[in-house]
Amino acid sequence: MMQVQKPRLILENGLRTDGRRPDEMRPIKIELGVLKNADGSAIFEMGNTKVLAAVYGPKEMHPRHLALPDRASLRVRYHMTPFSTDERKNPAPSRREIELSKVIREALESTVLTELFPRTVIDVFMEVLQADAGTRLVSLMAASMALADAGIPLRDLIAGVAVGKADGIIVLDLNEPEDMWGEADMPVAMLPSLGQVALLQLNGNMTPEEFRKGLELAQKGINIIYNLQKDALRKKYAEYKEE
Amino acid sequence: MVENSGSKIFYQDRSIVTPGDLIAEGEFQVPWSPYFYKIGNKYYSAITGLLSVKEGNIFEVIPLEGQRYYPRIGDTVIGLIEDIEIYGWVVDIKSFYSAYLPASSLLGRAIAPGEDLRRFLNIGDYILAKVEAYDRTINPVLTVKGKGLGRISSGVIVEISPAKVPRVIGKNKSMLEVLTSETGCDIQVAQNGRILVKCANSLSEETAISAINIIQSESHIKGLTERIRAYLREKLGGSKNDASAEAKTNT
Repeated sequence: MMQVQKPRLILENGLRTDGRRPDEMRPIKIELGVLKNADGSAIFEMGNTKVLAAVYGPKEMHPRHLALPDRASLRVRYHMTPFSTDERKNPAPSRREIELSKVIREALESTVLTELFPRTVIDVFMEVLQADAGTRLVSLMAASMALADAGIPLRDLIAGVAVGKADGIIVLDLNEPEDMWGEADMPVAMLPSLGQVALLQLNGNMTPEEFRKGLELAQKGINIIYNLQKDALRKKYAEYKEE
Repeated sequence: MVENSGSKIFYQDRSIVTPGDLIAEGEFQVPWSPYFYKIGNKYYSAITGLLSVKEGNIFEVIPLEGQRYYPRIGDTVIGLIEDIEIYGWVVDIKSFYSAYLPASSLLGRAIAPGEDLRRFLNIGDYILAKVEAYDRTINPVLTVKGKGLGRISSGVIVEISPAKVPRVIGKNKSMLEVLTSETGCDIQVAQNGRILVKCANSLSEETAISAINIIQSESHIKGLTERIRAYLREKLGGSKNDASAEAKTNT
């Protein structure tokens, strides 16, 4: 599937290769409590990107000397399954996966109330089942939903979406060709109700004006995702209120 | 929405809140809880839970999820002896920490050197205990000083999620009342999600256990108390008559 020439990313009618408008996101699907053995779990889908996350803990840290005296430590693993890409991916953790695990861990540390559980550890596992751009953010959101499903106190849910530049136009929620051929890719994750940024990376070039516009667009998308996340958590208890 | 001299609660009683929801703004005299946090004068929920508002200016977030018990001083818990140390026992209380039961609490005296604690409580024993001390710096310490506390010698332990404990007890103990009166069993619900069921016969024991499991899996569906009552009557209605008939033949 190697294309030597860059394809057109924005078509004549102003739509993108998959028929979306520049400020339109891919469809989102959230499922909670999908694994029986985990304390909390979630599947998060965004278009063709699909990530399964599982949370264990908080539990006592073994070996003891690794425990932090004032807060819980997070152990985070981001992993891509061998069948997640169009060519088999070696299941051994790559340099990229190790780095993304760290990036995601740091984003999660900003939301988990780790100081409530000193000397413990919380394990978070994420498996990318299907990769189609934006896996780090979908993984991060899946992890935050799994943490909420486990009943672990969080400052806020994490919602995130990427913005980028394709053929000179700022687009929301990049897909694979835009990720590969676009001029910029900026994943943004936030704690929406606190208005804090949990993760921000930028690949490529943007002018300050484009950056501001992109961040604003991302915030719009994040608010939509945040409401979907809250609905998913509430849905389970829709009938609870009535008694 | 409740307003009170500049303080405001943004949700009604018994509404569902999710992490990050702004519950209230202003100054409130609410007891500390791990389930919400405060920034400035704003209170945010930290979990998926049920918000209960009392008297207009006191609120509480009751968790709906959670497999582990957050220890609170004074709670009654059922512990499982995990390990034996020189001066006490390590007890599993379904929390993220193991609890510790000092031997002096059980024996009421200091331990003689070389005394084997296995004689009093062995690994695998269940105990009914109270949380005596717990804060961020120390693991929970238990005590068995008090009425009814100590080693559990008979009955069955049923495990449920600690988040479902309020449901098994019910409003003003209504659910627990139904369970005990309909089955005739002695039922002790510990705050950490373990339930001690003591019954006269195996049928009422089985029925009580399956009723508890129904409560756990259908805890969010309305009208549960009445349905549990109907379920217990249906299951036990026949057997109670049988038992009385049997009693008559015996006499």
